Amino acid sequence: MNDKQHFSERHNRPRAVTLTLLSVARALCYSVSHLSVQERIEKKRKAALTGGGQLRIAAQHKRGKLTARERLELLLDPDSFVEYDMFVEHRCSDFGMEADHNKYPGDSVVTGQGRINGRLVYVFSQDFTVFGGSLSGAHAQKVCKIMDQAMMVGAPVIGLNDSGGARIQEGVESLAGYADIFLRNVMASGVVPQISLIMGPCAGGAVYSPALTDFTFMVKDTSYLFITGPDVVKSVTNEDVTQEELGGAKTHTTVSGVAHRAFENDIDALLNLRDFFNFLPLSNKDPAPVTECHDPRDRLVPGLDTIVPFESTKAYDMLDIVHGIVDEREFFEIMPNYAKNIVVGFARMNGRTVGIVGNQPKVASGCLDINSSVKGARFVRFCDAFNIPIITFVDVPGFLPGTAQEYGGIIRHGAKLLYAFAEATVPKITVITRKAYGGAYDVMSSKHLRGDVNYAWPSAEVAVMGAKGAVQIIFRGKENQAEAEAEYVEKFANPFPAAVRGFVDDIIQPSTTRKRICRDLEVLASKKQTNPWKKHANIPL
Amino acid sequence: MQRCGVIICRYSTVYDPNEKTFDKILIANRGEIACRVIKTCKKMGIKTVAVHSDVDSSAVHVKMADEAVCVGPAPTSKSYLNMDAIMNAIKQTGAQAVHPGYGFLSENKEFAKRLEAEGVTFIGPDTHAIQAMGDKIESKLIAKAAKVNTIPGFDGVVKDAEEAVKIAGEIGYPVMIKASAGGGGKGMRIAWNDEETREGFRFSSQEAASSFGDDRLLIEKFIDNPRHIEIQVLADKHGNALWLNERECSIQRRNQKVVEEAPSTFLDPDTRRAMGEQAVSLAKAVKYSSAGTVEFLVDTKKNFYFLEMNTRLQVEHPITECITGLDLVQQMILIAKGYKLQQKQSDIPINGWAIESRVYAEDPYKSFGLPSIGRLSQYQEPLDLPNVRVDSGIQEGSDISIYYDPMISKLVTYGKTREEALKKMEEALDNYVIRGVTHNIPLLREIIVHPRFVSGDISTKFLPEVYPDGFKGHMLTAGERRELLATAAALYVAAQLRSQKFLGDLRVSIVPAESRQWELCVELDQGVHMLGVSRSGNNYTVSKIVQNITSHFKLRVLSKLAAYLSKHMPEKIPEDTSSILRSPMPGSVVAVSVKPGDNVAEGQEICVIEAMKMQNSMTAAKTAKVKSVHCKAGDTVGEGDLLVELE
Repeated sequence: MNDKQHFSERHNRPRAVTLTLLSVARALCYSVSHLSVQERIEKKRKAALTGGGQLRIAAQHKRGKLTARERLELLLDPDSFVEYDMFVEHRCSDFGMEADHNKYPGDSVVTGQGRINGRLVYVFSQDFTVFGGSLSGAHAQKVCKIMDQAMMVGAPVIGLNDSGGARIQEGVESLAGYADIFLRNVMASGVVPQISLIMGPCAGGAVYSPALTDFTFMVKDTSYLFITGPDVVKSVTNEDVTQEELGGAKTHTTVSGVAHRAFENDIDALLNLRDFFNFLPLSNKDPAPVTECHDPRDRLVPGLDTIVPFESTKAYDMLDIVHGIVDEREFFEIMPNYAKNIVVGFARMNGRTVGIVGNQPKVASGCLDINSSVKGARFVRFCDAFNIPIITFVDVPGFLPGTAQEYGGIIRHGAKLLYAFAEATVPKITVITRKAYGGAYDVMSSKHLRGDVNYAWPSAEVAVMGAKGAVQIIFRGKENQAEAEAEYVEKFANPFPAAVRGFVDDIIQPSTTRKRICRDLEVLASKKQTNPWKKHANIPL
Repeated sequence: MQRCGVIICRYSTVYDPNEKTFDKILIANRGEIACRVIKTCKKMGIKTVAVHSDVDSSAVHVKMADEAVCVGPAPTSKSYLNMDAIMNAIKQTGAQAVHPGYGFLSENKEFAKRLEAEGVTFIGPDTHAIQAMGDKIESKLIAKAAKVNTIPGFDGVVKDAEEAVKIAGEIGYPVMIKASAGGGGKGMRIAWNDEETREGFRFSSQEAASSFGDDRLLIEKFIDNPRHIEIQVLADKHGNALWLNERECSIQRRNQKVVEEAPSTFLDPDTRRAMGEQAVSLAKAVKYSSAGTVEFLVDTKKNFYFLEMNTRLQVEHPITECITGLDLVQQMILIAKGYKLQQKQSDIPINGWAIESRVYAEDPYKSFGLPSIGRLSQYQEPLDLPNVRVDSGIQEGSDISIYYDPMISKLVTYGKTREEALKKMEEALDNYVIRGVTHNIPLLREIIVHPRFVSGDISTKFLPEVYPDGFKGHMLTAGERRELLATAAALYVAAQLRSQKFLGDLRVSIVPAESRQWELCVELDQGVHMLGVSRSGNNYTVSKIVQNITSHFKLRVLSKLAAYLSKHMPEKIPEDTSSILRSPMPGSVVAVSVKPGDNVAEGQEICVIEAMKMQNSMTAAKTAKVKSVHCKAGDTVGEGDLLVELE
């Protein structure tokens, strides 16, 4: 604060110069005020760089959190950050906010653009050391500015959230600021990838910005997302709940499905975000990135020939298949701890980014239920929006039956995944590893939903249902059920019924799957397919 | 007579087509030993039948065999030990003989009898020999009668302390006083003089009385720092028997062999001959036919004492094959068919040196090896190296399950000298790729280069003596440390450079980070090492900035900035494990002895987990009330799964 008072004294000094020494004074005035502006710039820059001051920075560190600028430094390539609006200050004049000591150059957010592994990205990083990172009109305006430019240029936006909420002193201006950001989140949706990394509190209306972005990541133990905090919850519903239980990383990555992944700490999160960024195209006009690949495209994966157990009731880990097939076993899983009966995430095939969707037989037999359908659908739509080919591994016994599911609306939620696969125009490759039963077969990127290449492994069974259930219906009341079951198995529990109809393009040896997919992706790279003109489609939300 | 020979990795199967044996053999085993037997059968033109449990239906031995029969579900008692099912498999396939491998039914006289009744040849000794050698007391008596050195001792019950001193004097110190009803080290004392004998007698009888309700004591010679050396014998049905030299098997943990070699560095020709001749006389005494192994304990003065005889093919038989050139499986088959041994004792050579390392799916950092399970996501045997033999029954994609022995393979190397064989073993272990399960190669690699092992100074106590606090992994030398740090830094930089490389047309240009220099912090366990990597043209230089010595190999490379900022990261509070009981390994729950609400005392048994033939008692870490129980008997649990929570 001392610095600021010092500024104003300097500023006032020229006024004291008498008019009698006009020419001298003029020269003097010119040079003094010139110096003064230079100095003011320097001072302001210095102030902006220290945010809320050393004490608050120390407090931030003590909480195990980095400052807004340290975070950007880690996220972006060295020396690549170009800052905007360092001199913007809040415009509130109520409650003593107009006082100089309540003004911080840059206000409570750092914005700009930079590079991650050389590729352009727009960023904002909320500064908790300035008014708890609260959102003022100026803060919102800064965020909107970089979002607008990101959309014009076609580059992703990454938001690092660490904010106590609205700037209460500003009232509706703060609310307007949120809405301005929400609108831009919506406009940018499907145009440029948007990623939110929650690195501190994010409560109230503020949560809807991350919710509107494509991916929300959290930092374990130091970040929270909720509509209302524990105190309000207590007074309204009389529930006792901690911040962590209500909106911590664990809650949102395992129970609510609000966040897509959680990381150990700030550094871990930011370094992972850099890796994640490399999977994404810059915008919907850009192809998915292709990186140098050191994993042979025609590599055979002998382990896959034995991975599917003979007994169709036995589980195996779909991740083993995914890891075996993709480049260098590198798979960035999205929502690894939520709706684990479906596996989604990013990987590369011969250097090319692909989206992987797979039923997980290890969890709930890999059935589709409400949560897994919604998880899968959102992922598929992201891939489709950003030109990322989708590879689907199918081992699905069907939709999960029961009142909980029916009452919860499995019909309309299940329809989302169906809808997402059907409308997707990116290259779609499907591999049926084992079961593909009933409506779930149709849903999982089947030929009928414009699958480009559909493969079956020899262990595939494409049928309306399992043998036992089918026989009980077809041969109701008849004797010799066992014989009938054997006949059904012979007829349907294999890939032939689908293959003779052309619903799968080929029956392939599992060990050759990588080779086949790499080859298909090269062919499909120039795929062009469009949906009929519409204002926008009407997915069953 | 036309003979054709196949030499693969130091043993030859000399096959004479006129020498008719069997048309079809069933192998009543799984894994590497089933594969090993099938290999010889193939060379001898014999058709093979594999048996398997349902989880093994795509196992390597099943694929290798001409026919395969499923004999039941995964648990061994229902499949590989299920005699009815195996007898059915024999009938169904018309196999004329059965090779039992080792373990399972290999030393089961009941099985041998049932085969005999059905007119099927058992490839092994007859039931009399199996029975005689299977009984500890009977085998010792037979051995004594055959003039085999046995551990000197008093076979009766000792009356009082004075008698104990008298007997001890006759046997010679040191002696071991042990409870007649004993077991598990209870009621056991070692005495080096009269005074200790008196004292030991008193303590042991008290302890025996309170532990077993039976205070009767026995005395026998205590063998200090013994080696475990065994003699391979081969005997036919015509009274001929040979000894095929020794195998040194002293490197053990929990009475299981880890590294074996043939010959032993310790035996001189006279001792070897004495041991061999005694082994042969024991074999002859029980009219032994087939391959068998006589195990001895050898003390520091080269006195040797009979331990037991294994009436089957031994796990470590490959090293004997390496130095003698014989195919033991072939010999067993020929003997079973009634052929006479072709060789004389003078024909049995010691050619070179062979070492065997047992590669296990085990975590060597937990009491020298606790089982680990998983899928072999990557698996590559070092077979491109010469003089390396790998006996395995798995391949990439195989599952190491909780149901069976966790052995991955037997890695055997051969050399003209021991030094050469050891060098080759080092190379082979370094080139072995196993991913997906934790394995014991780090331990094996340490053993074979340890100065005590290299000099041949070993005993059965080698592991606990060399690693009194358990195996902690390789201790890096200064040079290795520098190499490791430089490699880590170089890999980091390579990954960084690569992640900036994008192919194809990009609308927005890529601005590579202008790094010609990287300042890195490599975290090597506790120590932090500052490294600099600089680039000039295509040459990269790694230099070390500050040195700070510690050990272990958890490597993490961070940019200088990330490392600097790390100090602000919150410390993660580890879970309070005293109130949480987690499974230390994958396995199945045998019994749960508590229920919610029970009060348990510290050290009280809470449940028992079984994995790969081992039962582990899980005990309470503190006195508390049981809050919740998350498992029940029969459950299958993974490593780290929550079993029981205490309040």
